[in-house]
Amino acid sequence: MTEVVTNPTPPILHGPSDKEKKYDRQLRLWAANGQQALEDAHILLLNSGSGTVGVETLKNLVLPGIGKFTIADDAVVAEADLGVNFFLDEESLGQSRSERCVNFLQELNPDVKGEHFPKQEGDNIEKLLGYGRQYTLIMYSLPIEPYTLALIQQYGQQYKVPLVSIHSAGFYSYFQIHLPGCFPIIDTHPDSTATTDLRLLNPWPALSEFTRNLTKDIDNLSAHEHGHIPYLVLLLYYLEKWKESHGGFPSTYGDKKAFREFVSEGARTDNPEGGEENYDEAVAAVLKTVSEPSLSSSVKDVFEYQPTAEESDSSFWIITDAIKKFYGKHGELPLPGSVPDMKAQSSVYVELQNIYKVKARQDVAEVLETVRQHPRGKEIDVNEVETFCKNAAFVKLIHSPDSSADTLKEITGMFDEQALLTMMPLSLLPIYLALNATSHVPSASTSEIIATISKTVPEACSDPRVVQAAEEVARANGGELHNISAMIGGMVSQEVIKIITKQYIPIDNTCILDGITSRTQVLRI
Amino acid sequence: MSQPVMVAPRLQVPLSSGSRWAYLDNIRKNKGPFTDEESFDASGEGIGAMEKMRILVIGAGGLGCEILKNLALSGFRDIHVIDMDTIDVSNLNRQFLFRHTDVGKSKAEVAARFVEKRIKGVSITPHNCKIQDKDEDFYMQFNIVVCGLDSIEARRWINSTLVDLVDNENPETLKPLVDGGTEGFKGQSRVIFPTMTSCLECQLDMHAPRPAVPLCTLATIPRQPEHCIEWAHIMAWEQEKPFPKLDNDDPEHITWLYQKALARAQEFKIIGVTYALTQGVVKNIIPAIASTNAIIAASCCNEAFKIATSTNPSLGFEENYMMYSGNDSIYTYTFKHEKKSDCPVCGTTARNMELDPNQTLEDFIESLAARPEAQLKRPSIRSEQRTLYMQSPESLELKTRPNLAKKMGDLVENGEEIGVSDPSLGSVNFKFRLRFSRPFIPASERDY
Repeated sequence: MTEVVTNPTPPILHGPSDKEKKYDRQLRLWAANGQQALEDAHILLLNSGSGTVGVETLKNLVLPGIGKFTIADDAVVAEADLGVNFFLDEESLGQSRSERCVNFLQELNPDVKGEHFPKQEGDNIEKLLGYGRQYTLIMYSLPIEPYTLALIQQYGQQYKVPLVSIHSAGFYSYFQIHLPGCFPIIDTHPDSTATTDLRLLNPWPALSEFTRNLTKDIDNLSAHEHGHIPYLVLLLYYLEKWKESHGGFPSTYGDKKAFREFVSEGARTDNPEGGEENYDEAVAAVLKTVSEPSLSSSVKDVFEYQPTAEESDSSFWIITDAIKKFYGKHGELPLPGSVPDMKAQSSVYVELQNIYKVKARQDVAEVLETVRQHPRGKEIDVNEVETFCKNAAFVKLIHSPDSSADTLKEITGMFDEQALLTMMPLSLLPIYLALNATSHVPSASTSEIIATISKTVPEACSDPRVVQAAEEVARANGGELHNISAMIGGMVSQEVIKIITKQYIPIDNTCILDGITSRTQVLRI
Repeated sequence: MSQPVMVAPRLQVPLSSGSRWAYLDNIRKNKGPFTDEESFDASGEGIGAMEKMRILVIGAGGLGCEILKNLALSGFRDIHVIDMDTIDVSNLNRQFLFRHTDVGKSKAEVAARFVEKRIKGVSITPHNCKIQDKDEDFYMQFNIVVCGLDSIEARRWINSTLVDLVDNENPETLKPLVDGGTEGFKGQSRVIFPTMTSCLECQLDMHAPRPAVPLCTLATIPRQPEHCIEWAHIMAWEQEKPFPKLDNDDPEHITWLYQKALARAQEFKIIGVTYALTQGVVKNIIPAIASTNAIIAASCCNEAFKIATSTNPSLGFEENYMMYSGNDSIYTYTFKHEKKSDCPVCGTTARNMELDPNQTLEDFIESLAARPEAQLKRPSIRSEQRTLYMQSPESLELKTRPNLAKKMGDLVENGEEIGVSDPSLGSVNFKFRLRFSRPFIPASERDY
């Protein structure tokens, strides 16, 4: 019989701490480890232009408790700032914009440290970036001077720091994430409906034995017992019977439909309800749970990726290697070990849960053993191996982008062709092209924007949609609309949280917002 | 050589340089390629008209705080905000107009005062009360309503109220409704032109309620930590009444439930009951973060701005609904939700409903709460011939109560139409044409 798995430490009978109270609604999303990652982070914002989008982004990072932030911006607060930036007031006029914004942002959360820059005469960008690796992530708003941009990019490369560029003008905006290398994520938070993995076609001995015990006298069970056999056990039982008569498991869609019918015929109908709930659950679960294990494309991508020498020393790739070996040997990933709720008696359900948990632990132990054989394997935390095994089917890799004029040309060449063929909404690439053409100038006329676009992708300039996008960008005259900056600021902060906590899946790598049609599009540019 | 830290030269603002609303006026005073020239007024008059508009914000919570800031920075000058809630410490991770010292104060009042102080020239009038406390005259004074609520019931109430306000003879009575909602990294924003486009009630099935756990599972065969908590919440509390009335915000009450749930979980060897989970289940807590609120609130205010200024086309008559999901990359879907002719608020026809005539009226009423398209918790029901059940007044409730135990087949005919209403949701009136899903077996012919 299986051991009873109980909680090793009994929960403590006290309420939440002050911090847990304040952050309750977010801890339910990224838990204590995500929160710790945020609190350890230091974000640098290089601000420019009308100066709002970066500050709106920071607001959404200060509130959840980012450790520290720095705003670098040498602008002096002008009247027009007060019409677009909430973190300035009348008294700020004529003062340092970075200092005033830092003060007002810090008010939002006393746990967060804020710094402004420049502080004194002679403070310059070299000094700002000259203290070594002290920023977790750098955001910069566009337009930006090419010289400054080059320094930031160099810093990002040297210290492996993610960079986020943001451009917001009028009704249009985009942001782009530049990761310094490949970015693997273990804790992707897949939808709970996607994670059920019951291994019905390949049960291990303990599970088969459990099924046999519960179903050996199935026709003579009392109504109560029969109506409380967990659907998982029912499926295993009927799969075995199906195999006896059909010589194999149901594999095609037609087979599965027939199998569904076969299961439902087993339900007793001579009761007031005219059926049994557990059988209904079993029937409903057939299509989703009766299937051969297969690797998702994102897991294949992780398995096939060749990490660089530097990368391969990280725990992620050492564990990946061990899991690859596990998969090679068993043809399955480690078992996640969770069992969805289903109609069953409490003790039977708990026992079933334990059977899955024990198997999951055995799988972890096997992976751990392989991990330990690696020269660096001893340093790897067993919890990380456990988490990886639990999420093995959902790990994801974001590749670092290889941006070049060619890719842009390639995307441009096909941007609306695809849309027309599939009746999908039209591509937002024209917006990116038009904004991108003003990356280094405070504002530009339609013809100037078109002229700049023609230098990189000349064929786009004859497209009327590109001309319209250029007109709309010219209309904004380099000024932000608060709503659009607040919206893209919210999106950027979500992405920054995902990158810092290494939870959920960030975009790859450019997100374009059209505030006119209220649509967004993610493109790899 | 020392370079200045300056990342871009200061912008040259050509129009009314140095003016407060220079950036906004780039848009308000110049048309773009998609601007509808008939409705767009680039003159000072157009801007004046916008500044005279009165706009109502419903909710001063996570979305509401953002909405107030955004509207004030969109050029709206006359804003009202209504919220009955007081500030709690768990609001502070996103409701950025509130500080620790504000805990316990009225959300509407603190939020209004903060934004008024920060942005000169904007007037914000707080209403510290329930939306249901205000009458038609109150809602009639606004030009646009923007909703940032977490409750479906309140949304349904304001939606039906705004639909009722519409008088086809008088275009002033049509109040565009912009509604936002968030959960975790996901959210949606939508625009409704009451009676003209799909209303919130037409879209109700987009927000299906979570299925309730059957009571017998809670009572006899718990399997999940949530089952133990629900048991403590629904059953143990009723039985033992440790305090006169359950207050979800009282830590002592939550601790009592937590300990009860924990003891039950240990009895059944169930793992996972924690204080946080207890609180989450009892209060039905939805995860909420600043980022998502920022996205959805800004999307709502962007639509309100476009409606008010005609600077660009807004959502509404074509696409009217944007959903946002940030869990896996960023995915948005903007589409047109169609108006339903059998909508209980803005439609006229009856909708068909499958009904098991052998169930009791009481079970039928209970099923109305779970149906995604109805979600009625306190419905009153009339058939073509008579009143089947009334929740109030008390005398009628008493008179109709005996019907609860009767079978539906004894009360209505196959194909009959029934009317279902729930005054707590405003004027939501469902018309269902019933179709029996099974033959009705009268009591005399039943063998069990």
